[in-house]
Amino acid sequence: METTTIEARPASAVPVPARERASALQTWLSRLGPFLGLALVILVFTVLSDDPGRYLSPFNLRIVLSQTVIVALGAIGMTMIIVSGGIDLSVGATIALTSVVTALGINAGWPPVLAVVAAVLVGGLVGLTNALLITGLRVVPFIATLGMLGIARGIAKWLADEQTVPVASTWVNELVVTFPRPEWLVLAPGVWITLALAVLVAIILRNTVFGRRVFALGSNEAAASACGIHTNRLKLWIYSSAGLLFGLAGVMQMSRLRLGDPTVAIGTELDVIAAVVIGGGSLNGGEGSILGSMIGALIMAFLRNGCQQMGWPNYVQEIIIGMIIVLAVALDGLRAARTR
Amino acid sequence: MAKPALEIIGIAKRFGPTVALDGVDLVLEPGEVHALIGENGAGKSTLMNILAGKLRPDRGEMRVLGEPYAPASPLEARRRGLALIHQELSLCPHLTVTENILLGVEPSRWGWLDRRAARRRALAVLENFSHPEIHPDRRVGDLPIAAQQVVEICRALVADARIVLMDEPTSSLGRDDVERLFALVRRLSAEGIAVIYISHFLEEVREIADRYTVLRDGRGVDTGTLAGTTNEHLIAQMVGRTMEDLYPSRRRAVGGEVLLEVRDLVAPPAVRHASFELRRGEVLGIAGLVGSGRTEMVRAVFGLDPAQSGTILLRGRAVALRGPTADRLRQGVGYLSEDRKGEGLALPLSVADNLTLTRLSACSPGLGWLDLRRQRAAAQRWIEALGVKARDPMQPVGTLSGGNQQKIAIGRLLHQEAQILLLDEPTRGIDVGSKAQIYEVIARAAEEGKAVLMISSYLPELFGMCDRLAVMSRGRLSPARPIEEWTPETVMAAAVGTGVD
Repeated sequence: METTTIEARPASAVPVPARERASALQTWLSRLGPFLGLALVILVFTVLSDDPGRYLSPFNLRIVLSQTVIVALGAIGMTMIIVSGGIDLSVGATIALTSVVTALGINAGWPPVLAVVAAVLVGGLVGLTNALLITGLRVVPFIATLGMLGIARGIAKWLADEQTVPVASTWVNELVVTFPRPEWLVLAPGVWITLALAVLVAIILRNTVFGRRVFALGSNEAAASACGIHTNRLKLWIYSSAGLLFGLAGVMQMSRLRLGDPTVAIGTELDVIAAVVIGGGSLNGGEGSILGSMIGALIMAFLRNGCQQMGWPNYVQEIIIGMIIVLAVALDGLRAARTR
Repeated sequence: MAKPALEIIGIAKRFGPTVALDGVDLVLEPGEVHALIGENGAGKSTLMNILAGKLRPDRGEMRVLGEPYAPASPLEARRRGLALIHQELSLCPHLTVTENILLGVEPSRWGWLDRRAARRRALAVLENFSHPEIHPDRRVGDLPIAAQQVVEICRALVADARIVLMDEPTSSLGRDDVERLFALVRRLSAEGIAVIYISHFLEEVREIADRYTVLRDGRGVDTGTLAGTTNEHLIAQMVGRTMEDLYPSRRRAVGGEVLLEVRDLVAPPAVRHASFELRRGEVLGIAGLVGSGRTEMVRAVFGLDPAQSGTILLRGRAVALRGPTADRLRQGVGYLSEDRKGEGLALPLSVADNLTLTRLSACSPGLGWLDLRRQRAAAQRWIEALGVKARDPMQPVGTLSGGNQQKIAIGRLLHQEAQILLLDEPTRGIDVGSKAQIYEVIARAAEEGKAVLMISSYLPELFGMCDRLAVMSRGRLSPARPIEEWTPETVMAAAVGTGVD
């Protein structure tokens, strides 16, 4: 009878990693995926277009890049949040709020630099508030930022007195123009700023302790916490710095419309999330890259631009982009099934 | 004499009304390997979590090398030289081996990661194990489980720990890795590092530890040196009773009414032929190797998997072979899955929901409404009747210990008022105390006139519990014979297909 053991020892068979080689291939595919998607979108519209020369012209490329700026800036911040296992639905509302703040600041006679800085800081403040709701009140990110979506949008309308805020002409209005001055810039200043920030955040995520802890947090929060990482403090930094980027996106929004608009950018958060997910970000956390997210943002921009060039009505764009989002999340699900 | 590495004095911790620890004392000398043994739910994990800074004790004090120790966070515990190796893996699957090992203590300059230093330090600890496949740059999620466990252990070692807490560290290691781990523990011990070693496996504990402390119901009930102590003594201390009492005595039932009869059941590919009858008041055992088709046979009887041919009679009446499971429930058949976490329980749901799910009508005034107060009261009755350790019927069942979860899973069949209980490995993976309680529940059910079919891979419990026994071998079920006619040897011979039939 039972004398030496309390429980039968499980057979000492060690699980063998049967999926290792397949996994390496799939990793490559999922890394290449966004590039293939972008190439496919451009190819399809080049073929469909009556005038492929115009679709691929430097002029059109400049337009697309300028149009990408807002979603791309949002996607840089959202990448950090999604990699950390979170989500932020308040991006569109934050963009509207900070576009109003920029316009009001300039109209109040502030130096334009100050108005821009104020808008960026307001974005950071919204992010900080999100993080405090998530860590302090222990509201899940989805709900906390859904609430903030309403709050930020409401404050924007309140500040703007429920109207658009036309703004005096300053250099801020030139940030995302198609033909920048001086001409040697080639691309709009906003495009260069976005590119620089993308490189900066990519390096931070890759090469700093902070960046690796963002990945650790999203990969296994309990493990990160057991290793002595202050996960709540980390979340404050993540959501706040992402908020700064959303604030800057609001400045770009103001610049593009040349007015502060409290009703602008409705649903932009979905474009931003879609860009990250198309670019390989996992909504389960732990996975994602700035490069991928930027490609994702470009895919969205080329899609919109292509539909416009084809003269397709707005609803066609909306349907296609909706399908792309579902497809991207389905791919995310397949990837998650592989890792679990 | 040197100061003790760790002193624990009168540590107590409650969770609501549940007392997890009730004044535990323990002294750990430098270089000592101290075994902490006890049933699931005895408070071992709570004590480890307090030591590792994840929980704060309600009472008592701790000292590390004579200095007061009251860690406010896991980080502080790590800084004071305590490292916890978890029972469940707590790794970040997306990060590399190096990143996982150095998580929380990354070498850096001005916040910038020093990858070369990190790699060097990771390699230095990895050298303790000869595991060439654990490349420092590999993603941990791509490694086999045993290799992941090694990474977890390396993480504890990299932080210059003075005291290492190991909570069932060998549960997913093969024998080779266990040997290497033990060699490592001995080396740590020679360097003056103290180790608290938690394990269920007594022979393993004997191999590695010098002294032991037995925890029972949150109290340290016995401590001593392993060399002068028998396993019987240890088990008796853990369980609080001797092994002879494990199987309850009951009057053996013969010739009761046949409640379930299965004739020539075929459910390919796993079940090739099965016939048996199950009588009121009896416990029928089904032995056999894992994969012999035992589970598939019961699933087919319960209507979970389609049977190809054969007859199933409930109280003499033939029922549809492909009858949906809902029909079986209505016909008074209850089924306990062998996979408690996967399909036996809805872990995030409450104890009450899990207990009453198969017969919610008992808690309903009609029209599909649920009387939550009645549901709660019913759950409370079962919790008491089954001796479940739970704070509250509304607590998620996943927060209970394995043994208590299993009691809830069986309690559901009782709440359902099933007359025919089909139990697949009812005591797998649970502690001795819970096993004894579950045997008691099964014996009581049989005495009340229910019919019990019990699949088990553990021969002593089949011999202790069953009236009759049949053996499954390669999809064929032997005729059931009275338990007295079997010996462990004949059962094994039938299971591997050399003896009977």
